[in-house]
Parts: sequence; structure tokens; C-alpha cells
Amino acid sequence: MTGPLADPRIAAVRELRDPSTGEPLDEALVLRFDSPASSTGEDIVEFQCHGGRAVVDVVLAVLASIDGLRLALPGEFTRRAFENGRIDLTEAEGLADLIEAETESQRKAALTLAEGGLRKQILVWRQRLLALSAEAERAIDYGDDERIDAALQHECANLEAELRVWLQRPRVERLKDGVRVVVAGPPNAGKSSLLNAMVGEDRAIVTEVPGTTRDHIEVPISLGGVPILLTDTAGLRESSDRAEAIGIARASALIGNADVLVWLGEPQDVLDRQRTLRVHAKSDLAGRETPEGSIAVSSLTGEGVAELLRQIETMARELLPREDSIALNRRQALHVEEAAEALAQAAHSGNLVLAAEDLRVARSAFDRLTGRAGVEDVLDALFSRFCLGK
Amino acid sequence: MHDVLVIGAGHAGCEAAAAAGRRGARVGLLTFRPEDAGQMSCNPSIGGVGKGHLVRELDVFDGLMARAADRAAIHRRMLNRSKGPAVWGPRIQADRKLYRAAIVSLLTETGVEIVTAEALRLIVENGRVAGVETSCGRMSARAVVIATGTFLNARMFVGEKVIEGGRRGERASIPLAGQIRGIGLGQGRLKTGTPPRLDGRTIEWARLENQPSDSGVWMMSALDDGHGPPQLNCAITRTSERTHDIIRANFDRSPLFAGSIEGRGPRYCPSIEDKVKRFSDRDSHQIFLEPEGLDDHLVYPNGISTSLPADVQERFVRTIAGLERVEIARAGYAVEYEYVDPRLLNQTLEVRDLPGLFFAGQINGTTGYEEAAAQGVAAGLNAAAVALEMDEVRFDRRTSYIGVMIDDLTLQGVSEPYRMMTARAEYRLSLRADNAMTRLGEAALAANCVSDRRRAYIEQHFSLRSTDAWAETDEARGDLLYAPYVERQRREWEVVHRDSRTWIPDDLNYGAIPGLSSEMVERLSIAAPETLDQASRVPGITPAALSALYVAATRRAAA
Repeated sequence: MTGPLADPRIAAVRELRDPSTGEPLDEALVLRFDSPASSTGEDIVEFQCHGGRAVVDVVLAVLASIDGLRLALPGEFTRRAFENGRIDLTEAEGLADLIEAETESQRKAALTLAEGGLRKQILVWRQRLLALSAEAERAIDYGDDERIDAALQHECANLEAELRVWLQRPRVERLKDGVRVVVAGPPNAGKSSLLNAMVGEDRAIVTEVPGTTRDHIEVPISLGGVPILLTDTAGLRESSDRAEAIGIARASALIGNADVLVWLGEPQDVLDRQRTLRVHAKSDLAGRETPEGSIAVSSLTGEGVAELLRQIETMARELLPREDSIALNRRQALHVEEAAEALAQAAHSGNLVLAAEDLRVARSAFDRLTGRAGVEDVLDALFSRFCLGK
Repeated sequence: MHDVLVIGAGHAGCEAAAAAGRRGARVGLLTFRPEDAGQMSCNPSIGGVGKGHLVRELDVFDGLMARAADRAAIHRRMLNRSKGPAVWGPRIQADRKLYRAAIVSLLTETGVEIVTAEALRLIVENGRVAGVETSCGRMSARAVVIATGTFLNARMFVGEKVIEGGRRGERASIPLAGQIRGIGLGQGRLKTGTPPRLDGRTIEWARLENQPSDSGVWMMSALDDGHGPPQLNCAITRTSERTHDIIRANFDRSPLFAGSIEGRGPRYCPSIEDKVKRFSDRDSHQIFLEPEGLDDHLVYPNGISTSLPADVQERFVRTIAGLERVEIARAGYAVEYEYVDPRLLNQTLEVRDLPGLFFAGQINGTTGYEEAAAQGVAAGLNAAAVALEMDEVRFDRRTSYIGVMIDDLTLQGVSEPYRMMTARAEYRLSLRADNAMTRLGEAALAANCVSDRRRAYIEQHFSLRSTDAWAETDEARGDLLYAPYVERQRREWEVVHRDSRTWIPDDLNYGAIPGLSSEMVERLSIAAPETLDQASRVPGITPAALSALYVAATRRAAA
């Protein structure tokens, strides 16, 4: 397909041809890596084609028609790299995040994880837990006192509180899925126009007919490296139209789940909730006075849009893990939560042996966190996250 | 021709011989001195926290120790009574003579032949054990259990005095040790020690705090052989600042610190010189004065094992309250001995690379009569299985302390004498001293190793469980107390169970698994785990190594 390959690790320009017809497909940069010095540890050839969809499709189709070649399964490259010992599990987990990272803050968080930041923290927790367990066990097998040592229980409560602090921190999923910013308000308030102005292109249909937006529209954007999922919702009103009514019900749910609410209605109509930006829309219309505490925005002239985006970014940033800190993902949080629950029980247990059991449960939660127990689950969970061919 | 030969008539050897005999094997029990059978060489007590669990478990398989303990008990205490049934520790003080007599009598019932001879070397034919060369000639057998305790190349230390040999006045089996080392089984050296024995007639008992025997009657064995001997009191005293001064001034005369003992002793049962050195902030250590028998004036001062010279022992002992005028009948000493790396055994205690050869007891790096006896039962049952082609008997760490111990020994090995503690059992709430029959009754019946009387008793126990009266039993109340926790553990088991179905092929070349460091390869090769679950308990195995192993094992299975 390429003719003779160059030496390993030397980039060479080659004309790609369909081996069965001789038809030229593309002129590409071809790189060869010999085992074991490759990303997966196997022999690898890399094609760097021109980026058009058609070129990529035809090259893939021709490759797939060659006997013994097939498309890689989701995560297969990483899995092979892992199986061949090129990377370990934590690196694989970090790599998975890195591949999925779409914004700067996602990338940094993934890198921190890949560098073992979480592993180190778990190690510290585990050490403290082991010390607690050891003390409980000493009291069981050698102690004369039947009551639980108050200091032991106090330390259990301390460790629990520390885990809770971590659990309350923003999750890594926020980084991945984006901070949910919901634009809401009464019909015809200019929500869709505002969304389009914020995105910088027409994503939502805008008419003067109230109730145009029936289902919500989600647009992922990045503000200063912060991932945002911007959502336009149906205007809130009583509606006899079934489709619109469903849209309105959804809008209410979305408002409930919003991280940041951009409210275009009357300032007094929105409940006092955290992180609400009141927008005084259509500020270009004559005779509209901006109420105190609202941002005047005109989707038409662009007035105030930058200020609104700036304020959204500031609020969103608070919801994201700090770039240099370690964020837990859902799986990790589940196990930390389990450990915290067990520690809470130990802290309030009236029975030494049961408290020791609670501490053991907490330890095994950490074991599952690092993959020491339930190996199969960890691997499955990890490798199922990769998308095709990475 | 015997089916099974057992070398050594200590606690492990006697149990192994009797267990094999109960499964129908023709058993020969080889010993230098037949009068050693059932000898309590160290403290005259059986049971305790963790250890009592082992005794109750081996009792389900009709082991000897629990019944012998009941027949010889002159003092009973249920330790940890207030901490809940999971950690109750039944412990008795035994009259040494009565205990020995009980073991000999129970052993005789099983039809084991006691052979007075020295085992010189093993006979190996076609890659498996075929018998033992003894001082009285060659003896053939299909399986051999080595239960020689500390007798392999042992050295005794009393201060600067070093005596080659096992315990006082006893011989060490040196040629056999050489052969075992030749097969590659020798591992390292461990040490253990005893306190001086005191003449009870010279102790001022009246000045000391009394510790009476438990008033409520409980038995070690489920089979009640009738009333045992009368009960005696123990007494409690303490070391003083003066005691510690004398010990400190003579550190250089202790073989422990002078460097002549290289073996490691148990951290949790240290000698008094160790305690004084390591816990220098403590100004006093507790001592239990335990009578050794009804018609014996010897007293065992539990808590001051030592290898200091005899004159120092006498001086420091006399600084202890109540012991100011005490006479030492026999000085304390330390024993250093060689042990076999138990990681080379599989979970039936058979040597992986030499079929038919079993090891049981202190030679595997454990300490304590109960640990030895429990291994003896396991090795005996399985030696009979090999000899008679019966089913092997495996002990699971989820259902027994015996399983915990064997799993720990064979996967983790030992770096200090292994002693049973409840902390070693992650399923402690389910493994109680009071529910051993429920946990192991079916396994004991299936192994076909119990008397008719025991069988009837086990069956009766299981039928009682299905009646309304069951709720009134202590065991049922214990179940109720721990029920929510046990339920959660059951769910946890399921995960473990999945890992335990991931079998690791026994010919798997760890060195060829990508991503395993050479350290991991070494640890895994020695321990040779059979399943992924077992591999997760090999010490120092990292999650990354475990996942690499998982991938390699499942890949092999798929190929």
C-alpha cells in the first residue's frame, strides 16, 4: 500500500495506493515503530493522511479490506499498551482522561491524576486508617478495657470529616461534561437569541412567536478553558400545547439541576438560589430600564454579552476542581463515600469489634479504589471508557 | 507398609497421625521418645483469643486437643467475655501430666502405631515420597508428614551457654534437616523462648491478687467427656523498676542482644529483656503465675520469657512482688530453630514439588500448640487423602481460622513466628468460637473423619438449628447481633468469589508477563497462588501487578 517503509522512527512521505487496483488514495507521512519501542509495545505503522473525511474513509476502507486487518476496538490501543506492560493502570486511567480532555482545565486535571496525585492521597488516608485498625485490633486481642477508646473514635470522626471535604469538592465529571449553564425565563424573553449571541453562531431557532423553543438545546462551549454546557429551554408558561407543555416540564427540571442559571424573566420571579445571573435582555429596546443587580444585554448589538460570559466563567470556575488539585470521578467518589460512611459508623459504634469491622470495610473501600480488589471491575470500567481505536 | 508416616509426636504430629487414622489410614507415628506425646513444652495452657477458635474448629473434625484440654483443665477463663462472641477466647490451664495422659489415651483409640525410632532421611522414588529411612530400618509409606517442631537444627541459649539440640536434654534431628535443606525447603531461623519455672512452694501467694477460674461451666470440646479435675486459682503480679534495672544492666549478657541469636522472635510475645528495651517508658509489666498441675509444685510465670544467664534470672525474679524468696526450679531459655518456607506448600500443606510430603506445625514457622495442632489435623486429613485416594480437605479463610492460617502461611510466608490473632481473619464476625460446628460440621462429615458419637452430635446440632428452640441458644443470639454486618460481608464475598474463579495456570511463567517487576515475579513465583484472589493476598503485590496478572491469566484461559 505504501511501497517500501523507511527505517524505524524516520518519517517518510509515501503515496498511498489501493493494493488491489493500484489507485492512488493520498499522499501521506508514514512512520514505522518496531516492537518493543512503540506505544503498545508491538510493531506499529502510523499514517498521517490529509484530514478530509473522504480521504480518511477511503484509507480506512482499503485497510479494512486487507486480510488480517480490522478496526481497533474501543480502548484497544491503550489496553494493548497496558497488557504489554508499556503503561500501568493509573497511567491508563490518566490517559483515558487525557484523551477525553477537550479543554485546558480537563487536560491539567487528567495530568495530575496520571502523575499519581490521587494515589498519593489515598496512600496517606490508608496509612491513617491502618493505624486506627491496628489500635482497634490491639484493644481486642490484648486490651483489658472493654469500652472503645474515645481518642480512637475521635480520630475516626476526623478522618471521616476529611473524606467528606473531598466528597464535597467538585467532581471530575463537571470537568468532562461541562458546567451546566441553563438559560431560562418566560416565553419570548429572548433566551434563544441570547444563546446564539453567546455561542457566536445561530444554534437556536429564533422567531417572534412566543413558545418557539419547545425542546431544550444544548451547546457545549469553552470559556477561557472552562467547559460549559449551555442549555436553552422552553419559555415558562401555562400551555395547552402538549409538546410545549412537555418542553416546559423539562425546562423546570433543567432549572432545578442547573449549576448556573441565566434568568431572563422578572428579577422577583426567580427564587433566591445560588449562582443565578439576572439578565435584563433586549437592552437595545427603547424605554427599558435595567433593574438593579441585573446585567443589561442586547443580543442584537452585543452589548453586555461579554460581561455576561465573564460572570458565567467566574461562577463556573468555582464549580470546577482547581486546576492543580485532584478531583474524584464518580467511581472514586463512590468508594470514598463508602469509606466515609464506615468511618462514621466506627466513630459512633458502641462495640469495639464492630468498630474494627467498620474500619475493615473502610480499608476494603480504599482497596477497591486503587484496584487492589475487584480487579476485573476496575479494568472493565476503565477500558470501556475509551472510544473507538484509542 | 504404612499408608501414612508421621515424624514427631508433638501437638502437630499427634493430631496428624490421629486425623489420618480417623480417615482409615494405617498410620505410624515416629518419635525419639514416646513419652513426649502430648508434652506441653512451654506454657501449660490451651486456647485464648484466636487460638481458642482453632481448638474449637479442630474439635469439629474430632481432633484431640479440645477433649484432652477438657480432661486436664485446672483453670478456665473465657477471655474477652465483654467484647462480644466473635472474639471470645476460651482458654484453659492444663495439668501437664493429665494432658499428656489424655492425648496418649485418645491417640491409642485411633489405632495409630507409635514407633520409637529416629527418622534419618526421606525415601524419594519417582519424584514422590515413598517412605522414611529410620534408625530401625526402612519404612515404606504413601505419604509422610514432617512435624518435628523446633527440632530441626535447633540451638538452645541460656545466657552465654549454647547447647545444640532441641529442648532441654533432647536430641535434634540433624540428618533429616540436611536433607530437607537439600531439597530446597530450608528457609531461615526463628526463635522462641520460655520463662524460668518457679517452685510454687516458695511463692508468697497470700500477698498476690487472685484470679479465680470461671464460675460458669463451659467446655473446649463439643463432646463432654464428663467432669474434669478440680479448679485452681492463678495469681497476678508485676515486674518493678528494680527488675528492669537488673535486666538493663545485663543486656550485654543476653544472646538476643549480643548477636548470637539471629532468628527473629514474635513481636507480640517478646522476652522480658525485649520488653524492657522496647517499652522503656513502662515501669512495670504484668505476670500471670500459672500452676502447672494439681500435684506439681512448678509454677509458670507467664510474661517473663528470657534467655538471660541463670544468675541474672534469679536476681531479677526476686525483685517481683511475692517472689522475693522464690526458687527457680529450671532456668528460662531461648531456642533458635530452623523452619521451612511454608510458601512452598500448597493449601493442603503438601510440598508442591514433592508429592506425598507434608509439613505441619512449628516447622512451618508458627508458634503455639493450637496453631500446630490445627495444621496437624489439616495435614493428617490430606496425607490420608493422598495415600488412600480420597477427597482432599481444604480449609477456606472465609469459614475457618484454620483456613486463615493455612492461607496466610502458604501465600505470605512468615518473617516472625506466626501466631493466630483474630485480626488476621477478615471475616471475624462470622468465625466465632461458638459456631465452629455450624461452619465446619458438614465438611467434617464429608471428610469421613469423625466417630459415630461425633457424627450423631453434628447431625443433632443441624436439626436443632431448624427448630424454634434454636433462637434461645447463645449461637443464635450471636448470629442476630452481627447479622447486618455478616450480610454485608456476604456481598463482599461475591466479589472475592469472582476473583477466586480466575484460576492462575500452575505453569504460568511470571517472568514472561509484561509489566511485572522482577520483585513481583519473585514473590509470585515463590507463593504460587492458585487464583487471582489468592494472588491479591501475596504480600507486597501492587494493584498494577495484580491487573497485569489478571490479564495474563484470562488471556491464557481464552487462548
